[in-house]
Amino acid sequence: MLNSSLQQLSALIAAKKISSVELTNEFLSRVKAQNPVYNAFITVNEEMSLAQAHAADAMIASGQGQPLTGIPIAQKDIFCTKGWLTTCGSKMLSNFISPYDAGVIERFNTVGAVNIGKTNMDEFAMGSSNETSFYGPVRNPWDITTVPGGSSGGSACAVAARMAPAATGTDTGGSIRQPAALCGISGIKPTYGLVSRYGMIAFASSLDQGGPMAKSAEDLALMMNVMVGFDTRDSTSLQRASEDYSRDLARPLQGLRIGLPREYFVEGLSSDVASAVESAIAEYRKLGAETVEVSLPNTKLSIPVYYVLAPAEASSNLSRFDGVRYGHRAPEYTDLNDMYQKSRAQGFGAEVKRRILIGTYVLSHGYYDAYYIQAQKLRRLIAQDFSEAFKHCDIIMGPTTPTTSFPLGEKSGDPVQMYLSDTYTIATNLAGLPGMSIPAGFGNSNRPVGLHIIGNYFAEAQMLNAAHQYQQVTDWHIRIPDTLNGL
Amino acid sequence: MSLTLDDIKRVANLACIETSETEAATALVHLSGIFSLIEQMQAVDTSSVKPMSHSQDLVQRLRDDIVTESDQRELFQSIAPKTESGLYLVPKVLE
Repeated sequence: MLNSSLQQLSALIAAKKISSVELTNEFLSRVKAQNPVYNAFITVNEEMSLAQAHAADAMIASGQGQPLTGIPIAQKDIFCTKGWLTTCGSKMLSNFISPYDAGVIERFNTVGAVNIGKTNMDEFAMGSSNETSFYGPVRNPWDITTVPGGSSGGSACAVAARMAPAATGTDTGGSIRQPAALCGISGIKPTYGLVSRYGMIAFASSLDQGGPMAKSAEDLALMMNVMVGFDTRDSTSLQRASEDYSRDLARPLQGLRIGLPREYFVEGLSSDVASAVESAIAEYRKLGAETVEVSLPNTKLSIPVYYVLAPAEASSNLSRFDGVRYGHRAPEYTDLNDMYQKSRAQGFGAEVKRRILIGTYVLSHGYYDAYYIQAQKLRRLIAQDFSEAFKHCDIIMGPTTPTTSFPLGEKSGDPVQMYLSDTYTIATNLAGLPGMSIPAGFGNSNRPVGLHIIGNYFAEAQMLNAAHQYQQVTDWHIRIPDTLNGL
Repeated sequence: MSLTLDDIKRVANLACIETSETEAATALVHLSGIFSLIEQMQAVDTSSVKPMSHSQDLVQRLRDDIVTESDQRELFQSIAPKTESGLYLVPKVLE
């Protein structure tokens, strides 16, 4: 049961072979037993989960069931969830019981999915290892001495350790794809604007995008069908006709043109990741796809550009945390300014403060043109690289990350080294393109490797098709760590 | 460009984050490393490029000027650090 796909669980529920309450109880006991090892969840609330499960069973009994009705889904703790503690991995929000639901949460509630718990994450989604969480690091199920990636590390771990059949994540510079790669699961960041940002606690608003994390592309498609949709309360939400993201899964890959950016296969890429990715691409050739070399000449600039734009937007977004209306307020202060200064100094962790300082600096008088405007101009060049490349190919592939998972603590003292973990993922956020990661084998020490698939705008169904066809001829996505054998 | 300890303190003050001498010194080391990465941007001539603030060229939507939210003051204030008679309390600003 714990190892089943969403598709299988959905069939069991529809055939009334298992109830949502039974399924939810099964996952809740799994979480109870395993979470002390992994620390993937910040909040578990059996009573609220089971109330949803009972409601789902009633929906099914009255013939109102949909594909995800009654199925437990882990929610990243960045999504405001009414009546649930919603911390965003921060001390600042460690007392914040959300008074409302995020757009994404509403959509899951509408179809009767069960919230199985709120997952751990890097504080305010700022991190690539889940080590910046106020609630402590998450451990990678493939090797608990290594990181699960971040910022959606808890979600990736929950799926990989079979504590949830699927989870939500958010991706500002790689926060769905990088942890998916490091934990050996599948994850997709949709085209910017497809998933509502309403109630998704903001980090860098022009880059943030929610998306699903699951075991397979087929399951991601089911999640996308629920998560994507127009929301008037998000000013950048796109109004488009609704799509069935499963519609093209079965299509053969004959003639698919895969672009391989030459800048993705150079120095910095570790050899074990390179060879796994090359084997995956060879598999695609066997499936009938053609490969063409493409160039994304400004790839190297994406990290510098991102570390200007994302902190700039973050410094503005996080100015709302002032200890007045909600969140942490310092216990002692002398006046209003001192209250702000102390509440923010106590409420934010080191990485968040660092990014607020960078952002404040690049937006300050005298530096705005040299940093912020220059970064926005380079952002356009980076986006143009992709539109040029897509003239020669349908889809782009490469490694999701330069290395497999790394030991806890290895990079936490050196921000620049940590930032380089997102070398391959950041450019798609800057361009607003969809990107996904799927398991593509293992590197040294049996650590998972992710294959990165980048599509053109709104090409999610095509990307899921490419991923699904690969998952029909490989079994990387159903492998589990040895410690989980017997499930 | 090289950052100074004074830059860090000035920016921390603008960002309303109380910062001790030790924290400022550590921040200086980390931010200097990050800015040496950021400096790579300056090598590119972008004089003819238009800044891109957003990936989609969107126009801000307009809506009818009608009330869409109901009054939830009590719910919202139930999670506030300090309130009184429906007001959020902060230290006195004017004497």
